[in-house]
Amino acid sequence: MSNLRQKVLVLYLANSALDSKVTGWSIYDGTGKEPHTTGDSDTPPYKTGLDALKAGWRVIQFPQLIPPYPNMEYTTSFQMYEFIFEKLEDAA
Amino acid sequence: MVNKADLLNTKQMATFVAKGFLRFDELVPPEINTAIMAEIDGGDITAAAAGTPLSQCYPPPSAIGQMLRMPQIEGIIQSLVGPDPLFDHQAVHVRQPNEDSAQGMHGDSIIDTRMHFDIQLMYFPHDVPLEMGGTLVVPGSQYRRINEMDIARYQNFLGQVNMVCKAGTILVLHHGIWHCGRQNKTNQKRYMFKVRLNPRVRQLRLWNTDDLPANVGAHKAIFTRDTNKVEDVQTILGRTEPWFENATGRLEIINRIKMWRFLTGDEQFDVHYWLTRLENMPENRELAA
Ligand SMILES: [Fe+2]
Repeated sequence: MSNLRQKVLVLYLANSALDSKVTGWSIYDGTGKEPHTTGDSDTPPYKTGLDALKAGWRVIQFPQLIPPYPNMEYTTSFQMYEFIFEKLEDAA
Repeated sequence: MVNKADLLNTKQMATFVAKGFLRFDELVPPEINTAIMAEIDGGDITAAAAGTPLSQCYPPPSAIGQMLRMPQIEGIIQSLVGPDPLFDHQAVHVRQPNEDSAQGMHGDSIIDTRMHFDIQLMYFPHDVPLEMGGTLVVPGSQYRRINEMDIARYQNFLGQVNMVCKAGTILVLHHGIWHCGRQNKTNQKRYMFKVRLNPRVRQLRLWNTDDLPANVGAHKAIFTRDTNKVEDVQTILGRTEPWFENATGRLEIINRIKMWRFLTGDEQFDVHYWLTRLENMPENRELAA
């Protein structure tokens, strides 16, 4: 089995554009090297989603733009612009 | 009977409506903090039945009771949930030293769509440095409709608040706010005491409204620097949080306007014309003729 493991970066952006500002972030490291958890950093890893691409992350999910359900136009809930990125890194 | 001077003022109330929390640093004196630490260590803090009036909970010589009956704390409680609210539950949180991870991000209880709100009063009996964790809160998240741990995927937000504080600090939260207990990386236990309180009265102008201006919601020139630099209720409610999405952040202002209307009974109140614009549905045919 190869030693490559998936590292996942989730960025929450200010709008649907990949080059908009990062407002929230989560990291899961399949190599086991970085133990990320809730509230472990006050500074985003990248300023924008595009900056993550430039750093070698591959985007694997774009959030769909779903119109609000009728009567829920003003309801706020989950983060709207969740972009998921991956990198394969050597676990050794 | 709570002294007017101990009630919250209008700007504090507006800050609570906008951010979903208020903090009061080093409010509780050291002797009470020490006594409460001893009660926690001794396992002496017993909970009343859910729904018991707070006045019947923690009778003397309880140190927790002494803290909750401090005039300033009674003032905070009364301003938000009214006189003698109901005790819902308590939690004595002890986070063990050198934890592997933090608690997942969540809102307490279950999804709750009321305008009426409960408060959670959190009390930190000892100093909490950054490495010790402390509670993390996400300012302005209280109106988002989510169910408890469904948001555990979110690790960090721009503008999140880490409760790094001195002993005796009080944090009051709207029940809906997103929060978690951060990882304790020290070799000491971390303590926090929390009590949830339910209002028994309609939450209408319960704070000290002597400073509530009659023209609080008057329309002004909008999107101007002059309007935005005045630190009044409209500015406080109109200020978005760094983590808000551009567009959804505007909806959070609508949520706050609706809450302010609920709390004041002023159905005309607006922040920078956001809601008035939507409420304008003219039927005047004469002017059109
Ligand atoms: Fe909680």
